[in-house]
Amino acid sequence: MGARGRELFGLLPVTLMITAGFTAVLISQTSGSQINKVTLTYGGIFLGACLIGHIFIRARLPHADPYLYPLAALMTAFGLVEIYRIDQSLAWKQAVIFGIGLGFFCVTIMLLRDIRVLERYRYTIAIIGILLLLAPRLPGIGKQVNGAYLSVGVGSFQFQTAEFAKIAIVIFLASYLNDVRDVLVRGRLPRISMKHLGPMLVIWGAAMLMLVVIRDLGSSIMFFGAFLALLYIATNRLSLVLPALAAFLGGAWFFANSTPHVQDRVDSWLHPFSQKLYDMPGGSYQLAQSLFSQADGGLFGRGFGEAMLTQTNGQPIVPAAHTDLIYAVIVNEVGLFGGIGLLITYLLFVSRGFKTATLASDGFSKLLAAGLSAVFALQVFVIVGGVTKVIPLTGVTLPFVSYGGSSVVANFVLLALLLIVSDRARRGRYAESGGLMR
Amino acid sequence: MNRQIARLSLIATLLILVLAVFTARWSVIDATALKNEPLNRRPLLEQQQIPRGLILARDNSKIAENRHVGTHQNKRYYRVYPQNNVFSHAAGYAFVSRGSSGLEQSQNDVLSGTAGDLGSFFDEIAGGPSQGDDIKTALDPEAQKTAISALAGRQGAIVAMDPRSGAVQVMASQPDYNPNDIPAKFAELNRQSNSPLFNRATQGQYPPGSTFKVVTAAAGLDSGKYTPDSQISGKNNKVISGVPLQNFGGENFASISLTDALTHSVNTVFGEMGEKLGKKTMFDYMTRFGFNAKPPLDYPRSQMFASGEYKNGKLLDANSPSVDVGRMAIGQDKLQVTPLQMAMVASAVANGGKLMRPHMVEKVVGPDGRTKDTIGSDEQSRVMSEKSASELNQMMRHVVESGTGTAAQLQGIQVAGKTGTAEAPGGFNDAWFIAFAPADNPKVAVAVVVEHAQQSQTGGEVAAPLAAQVMRVLLRRNG
Repeated sequence: MGARGRELFGLLPVTLMITAGFTAVLISQTSGSQINKVTLTYGGIFLGACLIGHIFIRARLPHADPYLYPLAALMTAFGLVEIYRIDQSLAWKQAVIFGIGLGFFCVTIMLLRDIRVLERYRYTIAIIGILLLLAPRLPGIGKQVNGAYLSVGVGSFQFQTAEFAKIAIVIFLASYLNDVRDVLVRGRLPRISMKHLGPMLVIWGAAMLMLVVIRDLGSSIMFFGAFLALLYIATNRLSLVLPALAAFLGGAWFFANSTPHVQDRVDSWLHPFSQKLYDMPGGSYQLAQSLFSQADGGLFGRGFGEAMLTQTNGQPIVPAAHTDLIYAVIVNEVGLFGGIGLLITYLLFVSRGFKTATLASDGFSKLLAAGLSAVFALQVFVIVGGVTKVIPLTGVTLPFVSYGGSSVVANFVLLALLLIVSDRARRGRYAESGGLMR
Repeated sequence: MNRQIARLSLIATLLILVLAVFTARWSVIDATALKNEPLNRRPLLEQQQIPRGLILARDNSKIAENRHVGTHQNKRYYRVYPQNNVFSHAAGYAFVSRGSSGLEQSQNDVLSGTAGDLGSFFDEIAGGPSQGDDIKTALDPEAQKTAISALAGRQGAIVAMDPRSGAVQVMASQPDYNPNDIPAKFAELNRQSNSPLFNRATQGQYPPGSTFKVVTAAAGLDSGKYTPDSQISGKNNKVISGVPLQNFGGENFASISLTDALTHSVNTVFGEMGEKLGKKTMFDYMTRFGFNAKPPLDYPRSQMFASGEYKNGKLLDANSPSVDVGRMAIGQDKLQVTPLQMAMVASAVANGGKLMRPHMVEKVVGPDGRTKDTIGSDEQSRVMSEKSASELNQMMRHVVESGTGTAAQLQGIQVAGKTGTAEAPGGFNDAWFIAFAPADNPKVAVAVVVEHAQQSQTGGEVAAPLAAQVMRVLLRRNG
């Protein structure tokens, strides 16, 4: 079976999964009266949309990795079922967003026939990325949510700029490090001039600024983590990576002890069941509820549609169930097994991303694919780690699963970039191996 | 660069492994501890997901029922009390925000369907939503309303029971509250100085006054030391426990029979009896009547009070030097009793000396209408012989026929009773009356206390008519 055949085959279980998921939710919510028409309609529409994407890949990127796309579809399907279960009206919007995401996916593939075009615009892209990061802090359009500045809004339209900024910054870093890596690899440490270290200090400063100005530990970990990953790949010099990591941890420690907002976050993380922190606005309530709902899930969960989400008065028990805390709701409904299943899906996606990086022939493509995979993995770690009390909880979406237009669209663009790199990387080898490339 | 990429891929795998381990920690390993965490309100909210059993009155009218909001898996049930204030103290309330009280609290396992873990386990396997069981009580709405309107806004309590079974048919305590207001007004109700949330029938601590002479008389007759015809001096200012004791109104009686002494409530006679019987005998009979322990009523133990002699909030026993047995015998000294306890005293005499265990719940009915449990009548204690009870019964008839309790007379029905007037702080009296009827075949026993009666007013004037009203209604209904 060829790559595209495997991809198509991979979409079948995804379609079964979404049909079964909607069936379970509908049984739970309506005693099963609507199962036949509605679930089959959902399954059918979803399969149709996926097929359009698949046909597009078949036409434009015939050699691309066959697993990335079905894995992304699987996560989207999982998210749609869970969001439908939380709030039906949001699921409709999310389905539309999925369509828009697919649109952006196709447009990206059409515009970027050669990924290396991006290198030419790296400073423009860097500036756009930084502007996107800072936009939520701008008066007039910036919106503060839970003490963090994460989105811009015009009227009812909300836009989480960090989701796109992460792609822009990775593109810039990949291109920049590809350029200067020879100097960084060969130069003895004292000799490496400020000309080459300077931009890195700027990036460190930007990460710290994000912590203080945007007040978002999550994004800060993602960006700086991606930077460290790329620095390591480009130079293989721990003598550069470790001091940078130390500088980041030192800065984070300093802000944790001096900035009240960050300090409260850390306290709420360490002591979620303290009554004072629990009652404090923006305190540990979210984390406590997240842990309670995971405890309620147990090994196998309550079943799709069975978790308790609201009280008598209609107030939610689990805040931000469809965005930040969606992983807790998933564990509540499908248990530890379901949670680990989802984590394995992410692991496979990230592994295929890194695999793409190893297959790529040019430095920029390697760094870009590895950087995108790293930032994706870090985003999963930041939000799932926050929800499971590994690190302080910050508002980042769970890629492809959480509700939210910016997140879904940005991740489909990320997927498109990975597939473009992959197609080119495997095209050569496909030819060499006489078409038997796995 | 590929080696570094492979290493990074490994690091990503390890990070995701950490996430899996932490998920396992919260969802499985520490799950029980998290479920018991006080901030975790899920167990409480879960109870809202199943309809709680109904609380039904004797006539099958609903005392507590359910409404719901939301649909399907968002459906939440909450309690509604269609009879408003009428059964506020007896049935209590149950709300997630404010906890529960009364029968709602003591019968929670039955009402929430969590009684018997095996049953709910099979329910869960079967997949059907579990449901609480209904409870049918002995509470009589008409008699209860009569009791409430008889109290007419005065602070006090009325308890009535069927002496043959121990079924509590009336439990009225004033002031009361509307249980439907609990979620919104709990703090306000809790603050009010007249304590509307406090059930005076089971928790009120009153000196029993002369109603306690029934206990003393029972001890005297049943111990064989006295007969209804025993002649005892009723002289005013007789020295009891080293201190002169006065009769009501300073009345002087020559040597009179025990029957006459009860009829006219002569303090000095019963004071002497108490001294002669001694603490041990008196405490023995008190315990048989149910004093010195919380009543075995199917009501929350935290909302019941053990009647007896108290000093500094501690229950005294027969060996305590603080007990003045002569004054205790006339219902003074350090006695603190509940209306429920005094209804049990009347009930034991009425039922031939056999005290039936008081209870409110008669039947447990499953969601399918099947009776799961019937609470029969069982004996709490044999207080005195049938002969002693019959003698005491006769004596108490005289109280209503020609003594201090004539206001409790009923047309065509012979009533037996005993009045009590206890001095309360602030120059007021607590007016008491305990009674049963018909005297020759008792079907109802009652205790009434009205707080804050004027100093000139007695239990016979204030409380006896209330007892008569409640008994009249219950006799018609108890048939």
